[in-house]
Amino acid sequence: MGPAEDFIGMANFKTLFTDKIFLKAVANSFIIVALSLFIQLPMGLFLAILFGRGLRGRAFFRTIFFLPYVFSEAIVAVMWRILYNPEPSRGFINAVFQAFGWETQAWLGNTDLVLFSIFIVLTWKYIGFHMLLYITGLQNIPKDVEEAALIDGVNKRQMLTYITLPLLSGTIRTSVYLSVLGSLQVYAIVWIMTKGGPVNASEILSTYMYRFSFVRFQLGYGAAVAIIMLIIALIFSITYMSFVRRTEHIV
Amino acid sequence: MSYDGTKKSTNFKNIILVTLKYVVLISALLFIIVPIIIIIFGGLKTRGEFYTIPYIPPIPPRWGNIASILNMPVFWYMLRNSVVVTVTGTVIVIVVASMSAFVFARMNFKRKGALFQFFTLGLMFPATVAILPIFLIIRQLGLQNNLIGVILVLATFQVSMSTVILRNFFMEVPSELHDAALIDGCNTIGFFRRILLPLAKPSLAAVASLSVVNIWNDLLVALVLLDSEKLWTLQLGTMQFQGQYGQDLSLVSAFLILAAVPAVIFYIFAQRHIVSGLTAGSIKG
Repeated sequence: MGPAEDFIGMANFKTLFTDKIFLKAVANSFIIVALSLFIQLPMGLFLAILFGRGLRGRAFFRTIFFLPYVFSEAIVAVMWRILYNPEPSRGFINAVFQAFGWETQAWLGNTDLVLFSIFIVLTWKYIGFHMLLYITGLQNIPKDVEEAALIDGVNKRQMLTYITLPLLSGTIRTSVYLSVLGSLQVYAIVWIMTKGGPVNASEILSTYMYRFSFVRFQLGYGAAVAIIMLIIALIFSITYMSFVRRTEHIV
Repeated sequence: MSYDGTKKSTNFKNIILVTLKYVVLISALLFIIVPIIIIIFGGLKTRGEFYTIPYIPPIPPRWGNIASILNMPVFWYMLRNSVVVTVTGTVIVIVVASMSAFVFARMNFKRKGALFQFFTLGLMFPATVAILPIFLIIRQLGLQNNLIGVILVLATFQVSMSTVILRNFFMEVPSELHDAALIDGCNTIGFFRRILLPLAKPSLAAVASLSVVNIWNDLLVALVLLDSEKLWTLQLGTMQFQGQYGQDLSLVSAFLILAAVPAVIFYIFAQRHIVSGLTAGSIKG
């Protein structure tokens, strides 16, 4: 690469925003962010709250739930490719479906299902991490606050909505932040499991960027995608920071 | 009488609630653990067994697949490369982050705040976004297809978070300690090396464990920067192995078992440090 002599202005961006596959990738990335925020995190929070109340075998549960986090995305992706194998005699998921008498599915081959299948894998890998954050947050809630509330006669539901959740809001914010940035960063799991397919049904920003940069070697176009990703990440980070500052003034 | 009645019904309610709790937890537990067990079963079967009886325990276990992977020289190359990258990278992270954290926590200079903001920029955007410029820079440095390039990039992306965690810890150490050390004739570097670092051992362990996990698990940087098979890391190797032997599911499962072993061993010994690093990093970051 010599010095950049042949500037083409905004041409790459114009191509980008008229490319249906790029728009699909943007939409899919946002779908993964949304699913993480509205399904994965509430599930993690729910499990963490179940844990928090002096449960027997806590250490054991925690060790197991957190285990997938230390596996690499490469290992997780290859593993779930095997589990998702459409043949029930090879893929465990379809074997379970068959055992229950449900219709087996082409988990990674069906354009309507593939993104959801990938989301399940992401949940499998990352839910333990968010649980861990919430459990730590719950442990940091001072005991005397809850005791005072109990003396004042609040019931369990009031305790959760008026005491526990508000005191946990800092942790929830952090986990939302990490989840959004993490979702934008997902690459290995999707690339190994589907390469963005079938027919671009699971294309996300990172796989789209990788394809143009390192498979087709259209570096300029790939860079344009990377810039869009950077802008999304920065807009989100800045919004988050200013939101945190604003709410911290109130509290 | 009525008192007894309510007592009984709350007891009954409690039993149901506790049972429900465990049902939910155990279902979640199965969701996490069954996939792992199925892969372990698969890896300990012959190819024929995998396709006829894939989901029952491998009795007796067949070690043939495991043995054939252990006999592949390329597996040992991958393992060695991953160890080299992870250990060197983590050492770099610890050295750089502890020194920069010390400067940001203890020294005063012009534009310190702005510089610290700049340092923490790395927290704001993921490495995936920067992979293209990384590739171009490493290529210009002539470090493409060289483990040094991978080490530099992966270490750099751990420095921001590690600096933030260590700086927070250093700031909690009372400044009287520093003053006392200076009065006793210790200079600043001596204070850093002989007093602060030993005190910071738990934080250093947390930061190091986190770096080990993150660097060990990288796929993208290695994929973009390394070509020759002899330099592949374990994660890159996992991906390529799947591409090459994808049809032989029992062999791939065996590979997964072996590729996961180092991470699991590390997890068993460093779980506490990983957890405290993650929570410290995310709460302060």
